[in-house]
Formats: sequence, structure tokens, C-alpha cells
Amino acid sequence: MEKRESSNPPDWVDRYGDYLFRFAMLRLRDRSASEDLVQETFLAALKDRGSFAGNSSEATWLVGILKHKISDHFRRQSREESLPVGDPPDMPEDNPFNAVGHWSTGPKDWGGNPADLFRQKEFLDQFAKCLSSLSPNHANAFTLREIDGENTEEICKVLNVTETNLWVILHRARMQLRRCLEINWFRGRAGEGA
Amino acid sequence: MLSCKDVTQLISESMDRSLPMGKRIGVRIHLLICRFCARYRRQLLLIRDTVRQIITAEERPGAPFGETLAPDARERIKASLRNY
Repeated sequence: MEKRESSNPPDWVDRYGDYLFRFAMLRLRDRSASEDLVQETFLAALKDRGSFAGNSSEATWLVGILKHKISDHFRRQSREESLPVGDPPDMPEDNPFNAVGHWSTGPKDWGGNPADLFRQKEFLDQFAKCLSSLSPNHANAFTLREIDGENTEEICKVLNVTETNLWVILHRARMQLRRCLEINWFRGRAGEGA
Repeated sequence: MLSCKDVTQLISESMDRSLPMGKRIGVRIHLLICRFCARYRRQLLLIRDTVRQIITAEERPGAPFGETLAPDARERIKASLRNY
């Protein structure tokens, strides 16, 4: 069977640059880091053109390389951020529970039918801001789990944490993200007096 | 008896693994009587669904809010490929 060749590398940037950049931006939320990873992806692809098997599309091949670059980026960040080994103490100003573990400030009613949030550009911007307000490890764990749908075993390897630790990290990430969205997006949008 | 604090942790965990039977039942009973935890769970699931919908929409060609490479970055990357 004839082997398909990849196209001319300098054309890659116009053909796939925006697609890869958008893929990276959704996960890193940082223009310059995303540009760097897109560049590294093209260079790695150029160096290793033989790895293009021709049985997937060129775009899929390049995204596969970019995914590895993003994991490496998360790995570096997790080494830089020293994670507390046990459960870190609750931050009192952020703790929504009272001494016996009941809600002292319960989640607010988000009102209406917020099911079409994904159509709103402003929501995506706010979501990115809230995710960026978490510590890099919390944000990256959430990204790997919810954006990439990775299984916990794989995420533990990238972030170098135990599974029990990861469950706590994901729980905190979701709790902080929910709260940030409630304060910055839903408050004022839900029905009055909700 | 599980507290709301315990239940929020378990709601999150149930999104990543299947809970052992005892915990699963404990959470289910708690959710029947606690409207805050039930609401918390609905909101986490709404966030999960919304993220999935955003990703599906954004990773198609001609994505609605598509970010694009800045012209200078585009030129820089092209130059690095030419000089390789």
C-alpha cells in the first residue's frame, strides 16, 4: 500500500496553526505558553516526520504531539509547585462549612435554565479566569479530567500525586471553580431574591 | 451520619470513580434530605456538561469564539520551520 506523505512543513502553520493554538489555549489559558508549545509541536513533527503513519489525518497526528507537549508542561509545573502531602488545612475565609460540617453559606440558586452557557463567549472568558485563579496543580488536574477526560491513573502520573490526593485536589478545584462562577457569573443573572 | 462537608467530597469523587456501595447509599440518602448538597451536585454536573459542550464546539474548524495565532507569532513559527 502506498504510504501517505505529510505535506510541506512551512504550509503547516497556515493550515493547522490556529487549530493547534486554540487547542493549547483551552488548556493553558496563556497566549505565550500556547504559542511556544505550538512552535515546539511543529519542530518535533518536522524532526520526526517518519512517525506520521498516514493512517490518521495530519491534524490528528499534530494534535497528538501537542498533547504530549501539554502534559510535559503540566509535569514541569507540578514539580515547581510543592504540593502538601496530607490534606492542606481549610482556608477559613474560603470554608463554606461550619464546625460540624454543615453549609454555613449554601450554594445559591443559579436560576432560569443555564443549559446554553457554552454558547456565550463571555461565559468562556469568565470560566477561563476562574480556572486560572486556582493553583496550577488544581487547574491542571481539572483540565486533564474535565477537558481531556483523562482517567485518574494517567493524571496521577502527570501530576505525580497519589490517587487519594488527586480526589482531594479535584474536589477542591471543583468547589473553588463553582464558587468563583457563582460570584462572578451567576450572581446578578439569577432571578431577583434567589 | 455524613456531614455536608463529607458529602461534597464524595459527590466530586463519584465523578471520578464509582463509590463503594456504603458511601453511595449514604450520599443518596443525604441528597434526598439536603437541598444545598443536591443543588451543589447539580451545579457540578452543569459545569461538567458545559465544559464538554465548549470543547466540542471549540475544537471544530470554524469554532465560534476561535482564538487565533497573533501575526507576529505566526511569522516567528514559520521562520523557525524554514530555518530548521
